Amino acid sequence: MSGLRVVLAEDVVLLREGLVGLLERFGHEVAAAVGDADALLAAVAEHEPDIVVADVRMPPGFTDEGLRAALTLRARRPGFPVLVLSQYVEQTYAAELLDEGAGAGVGYLLKDRIGDVKDFVEALERVAAGHTVIDPEVVRQLLSRRRDPISRLTPREREVLGLIAEGRSNAAIARRLTVTEAAVSKHIAAILTKLDLPPAEDDHRRVLAVLAYLRA
Amino acid sequence: MQRPWAFLRSSWPWRSLAYLLVGAPLGAIPLGVFAAAYRYGVVVGLTAGIVAAMLLGPLVARFERTRLRLVDRVPVPSPGPRPPLTTRLRDPVTWREYGFILISMLTLWILDLALVLTSAWVPLILMSGPFQPGVDPRSGLPLALLGVALLPLAAYPTTAWAGARAMIARAVFAPGEAEIIRSRARLVDAFENERRRIERDLHDGAQQRLVSLTMKLGLARLDLAPGSPAEAQIAEAHEEAKQALAELRELIRGVHPQVLTNRGLAAAVQDVAGRSPVPVRVDIDLAARLPVTVEVVAYYVVCEALTNVARHSGACRSSVRARHRDGALHLEIDDDGRGGAVPGTGLAGLADRVSVVDGVMKLSSPQGGPTSLQVEIPCPVSA
Repeated sequence: MSGLRVVLAEDVVLLREGLVGLLERFGHEVAAAVGDADALLAAVAEHEPDIVVADVRMPPGFTDEGLRAALTLRARRPGFPVLVLSQYVEQTYAAELLDEGAGAGVGYLLKDRIGDVKDFVEALERVAAGHTVIDPEVVRQLLSRRRDPISRLTPREREVLGLIAEGRSNAAIARRLTVTEAAVSKHIAAILTKLDLPPAEDDHRRVLAVLAYLRA
Repeated sequence: MQRPWAFLRSSWPWRSLAYLLVGAPLGAIPLGVFAAAYRYGVVVGLTAGIVAAMLLGPLVARFERTRLRLVDRVPVPSPGPRPPLTTRLRDPVTWREYGFILISMLTLWILDLALVLTSAWVPLILMSGPFQPGVDPRSGLPLALLGVALLPLAAYPTTAWAGARAMIARAVFAPGEAEIIRSRARLVDAFENERRRIERDLHDGAQQRLVSLTMKLGLARLDLAPGSPAEAQIAEAHEEAKQALAELRELIRGVHPQVLTNRGLAAAVQDVAGRSPVPVRVDIDLAARLPVTVEVVAYYVVCEALTNVARHSGACRSSVRARHRDGALHLEIDDDGRGGAVPGTGLAGLADRVSVVDGVMKLSSPQGGPTSLQVEIPCPVSA
């Protein structure tokens, strides 16, 4: 995928400039790069981008202005792709983001992931395409819990669910686990059944599985 | 008193007597002032009184402090270098000291003398028996002996009054217990503010620079031929920078959890529970945010308790429960481990933190388990 129009909100100039360079290098266009939440909302209204990349913590309060702005954007336009970046990931924030519009087109990543530039840009593209990308750190925390209904899953199924939450495709999961894609499909079917998810369009069910996982 | 002879043989009765009697010369100051008023008129007397209080006040205060050493083994901390007069005038301690000094000069020395005399009055009268006019010295002798025998009894009221007076003086000249606790609470607040500042500084500074650095190294790797020596070097640097970032993140989380400030106790505890290797059931039902100090203390209690559960208890599951009722936050952390937890440094530190916000901590951990840690922190906000 190429040629995404991106609006970027990051208050630290060093990082903002770096991100602009990074995105442009991979063929995306940064329509606007702003430094606070109000400017973000204004820039989105003006440029109507394909995706927004926002830092959680921004002026004036330096708490969670970026997250709130992202939620506002998704409330105004359900399914509007946002990729939220943060210095630390919190399950609470992940759950809040995923609640709005059933988690389609939502990304929530540690800023650390920017360093793996290719993976980062791929994550951005997946979110823009309506997928869900949750930071492996959040996933790892969730995996350590053994609670219903997740407790009904086998360890392998939990591993697969974790990779789904990270936004991997079936093919990528198969490569990662060195199994066939058919085996992955079988695992996913088992997961969806165990989580009592009704049959629906495939991608959406995957998102629901992640949600069940986060709320468990 | 368990051993009356030991007490009477000790230096305490004499110390007490000395403590009470050395104050008598202070009486000369008000007597002088009264004499001046009597002789030269009320205005002069009043002026003399104010001047005397201003000039002699600090000296008398020092005298009272020094004098305390006679009956109090713990020295009263010296007031240190004297701050400017304007500062001193605004300090309630100054006025309390002056009040005590005035009372000491006007009435306490009389009370001290009166008490010493009254205590010793009967034995002294008896002892003077042989020398009274019209009394035969020989028949008066037994009375005198009785007086000597009774004299030690005077030691008890004298010592008791000296002790009480010293306590009052100490309360005035050394900060009381309540004040120490208040200042500890202020200290804890100051520490918490400082931790937040450090967290902000690290977040805005070092962390962002490291993110930027890993991004640049990541981009540099793209430009280098895979497998070339330069690429290997850059790759190594890249991994190290990422590692440093991860370590810094953990460090900052320990310094001050941002989610606690932004979302409150329930969310912060949920996140701590999520990182615990032992599954934790979180049941926190609070209608509103609690005062910041209470939230922070409660948060650290949960963190420390869950760390202990993971390290020592061998538990399969644990739970955190919090409710606000009867004007207090009730926090309970349970686990199904082997019990036998002893209040070590971690728990003792927690108890200190809890006591600073007037809370109480109860630990029940019989051998074989289960362990239950209960904390109650008063907080007025009906959450």
